[in-house]
Amino acid sequence: MSTAGTGTDAGAGADAGASGAGAGADAGASEAGAGPETGTGAPGAGPSGPPGPAGPAIITSGLTKRFRGGQLAVDDLGLAVPHGAIYGFLGPNGSGKTTTIRMLLGLIYPTRGSVSLLGEPVPGAAARVLPRVGSLVEGPAFYPFLSGRANLARMDAADRTADPRTAAARIDAALDRVGLLSAAKKRYRAYSLGMKQRLAIATGLLRPRELIILDEPTNGLDPQGTREVRGLIREIATDGVTVLVSSHLLAEVEQICTHVGVMRTGRLVFQGTLDELRSRGSRRVVIRTAQPGEATATLTALGLADIRSADGEVSAQLADQSPERICRELVLAGVGVAGLDTPRPNLEDLFVGLTGEGFDVDG
Amino acid sequence: MSTAEATAVPPAGRTGPGGQLARTPGAVPGWLRLLRSELRLVFRRLRNLALLALLAALPVLLGIALRLAAPRGGGGGDAGSSFISQLAGNGVFLAFIAITLMIALVLPLAVAVVSGDSVAGEAGLGTLRYLLTVPAGRARLLAAKYAAIVVFGLSACCVVVAASLATGAVLFPIGPVTLLSGNTVPLGQGLLRVLFVTLYVAAAMAALGAIGLAISTFTEHPIGAIATVLVLAVVSEIADNIPQFAVVHPYLPSHWWLFFDSLLRTPIATSDLLHGLLSFGIYVAIFCSIAWARFTSTDVTA
Repeated sequence: MSTAGTGTDAGAGADAGASGAGAGADAGASEAGAGPETGTGAPGAGPSGPPGPAGPAIITSGLTKRFRGGQLAVDDLGLAVPHGAIYGFLGPNGSGKTTTIRMLLGLIYPTRGSVSLLGEPVPGAAARVLPRVGSLVEGPAFYPFLSGRANLARMDAADRTADPRTAAARIDAALDRVGLLSAAKKRYRAYSLGMKQRLAIATGLLRPRELIILDEPTNGLDPQGTREVRGLIREIATDGVTVLVSSHLLAEVEQICTHVGVMRTGRLVFQGTLDELRSRGSRRVVIRTAQPGEATATLTALGLADIRSADGEVSAQLADQSPERICRELVLAGVGVAGLDTPRPNLEDLFVGLTGEGFDVDG
Repeated sequence: MSTAEATAVPPAGRTGPGGQLARTPGAVPGWLRLLRSELRLVFRRLRNLALLALLAALPVLLGIALRLAAPRGGGGGDAGSSFISQLAGNGVFLAFIAITLMIALVLPLAVAVVSGDSVAGEAGLGTLRYLLTVPAGRARLLAAKYAAIVVFGLSACCVVVAASLATGAVLFPIGPVTLLSGNTVPLGQGLLRVLFVTLYVAAAMAALGAIGLAISTFTEHPIGAIATVLVLAVVSEIADNIPQFAVVHPYLPSHWWLFFDSLLRTPIATSDLLHGLLSFGIYVAIFCSIAWARFTSTDVTA
């Protein structure tokens, strides 16, 4: 599990390089500087900021959904998605992500609590605010007997605020943006899963939006398709559009997200910037040495906790110790240090720590 | 954009949800666009077109069968009040025969398919959630769906009548129409009565369509909704033929369907017709309300 996580991590770094994750990785110093500003600012900006471009794009408070069977799908949820953010909405399957998204879009009525999209209450003002919101909910769904273009025309015709005279041009522009223009006349039935997924994203691009909500946009896609969708999301967000993208895989979205919310069995167990998530994990020091016994003794003497030794590597929780001091103490103690590293905590491990592992999470 | 807005001073009425988007006079109103899209969906669906083809083919087959069975020539209409005996003298009567036979099952089938599929079909495909997040508006979408059902029902009746008249004209003599009450009216007036019959039957189908629409909001399985509508129609027709249920007969949805024959008498029995239309209207009101109440309050989880 963790090896798979680091594997995608490395691949992602090579593939994207300059993007969000790279910038966030900078160092502890910028982490400390950015933490209070963006991190704690995000929920704090909610009540204080005016409902303009500066206000949060999505706020829910006490949002709860109990289905008729008595199942509590979403429990007292307090989302705060800052304007302009790419918000990764994470959680294992069945943790309540889709139910939450359906409530955000007015498809499901909350049992308790409130939703505010772009400063407007939902479902109360859904007719007013939803034209400014593009969405993909729980996979693509279209008329199989219609072409891709006819499907988009159908969706556009349902929008009473859309201008019919520009419909043809807007539809072709949306198809072009997701790379489906050449397949516009093909029936939806004949589309591949990736094409279907992209057509669903195209419905969100039929007109300029301020907020895009994508529920599992990479679900069922091959790595190539996943990369395409990721690039598309990044491109959408460059215009200052707020994006909420849900996934059950952190690795799929961590390269593009500025913020994450993590759900587990209907509850939000973490919300904040990626750096804040990282800072939750305790950093470890890893020493490569031929004398693990002596190294362990030195680390114990330094008061480090959770010391593990295996395969010529000794590791321990770094806590507030400086790596320089540890290195010096080791050398002074006569331990040959072949290498010393303080790796960044693995986000995947943190994520799994938050959501639980395996089958125990499906409540 | 700015020039377009300059010419578009008057439309203050359409400030609703899309306030920021000024509407110019030439633009198609949103509701008409949705209705057009809805109609396109219904009338381009191969299954629905096949139903209409069936509705057109049956009167042709019926005409041929009756032509082969009927004695040639045949004089006036003194043979009784049955349509079939009239047919030999006038092809127009094929329309009444066809309607009478097809209103029992085939016309309700066509309406059941389209109305049962209306909401349940969208839910089953999942397109419902996309339409609602567009947002189409729940009540607005429902209104467009019902309008399309009514148009389809009317089209179905028109197809039957048109096919019958065409077949009747080819296979039988056409001329002044002898009514069921024995008197004869000119062909023009006879055709006008055919038109009224068509509209009356279309109203009956609109009532059945409202029932179908309501049922359709309760499920995401279109086949289940279609079957339920059809079963309801058939049960109603059977109950209508059991004398012991006479008390409830006037309240059955199908009870007034065949009363279109009042239009074929002189004077026209308007009280029966009005009773029928009133019954259809009440069914439409009740079941559209049920559909609205259900559809605007339910969670869309499909």
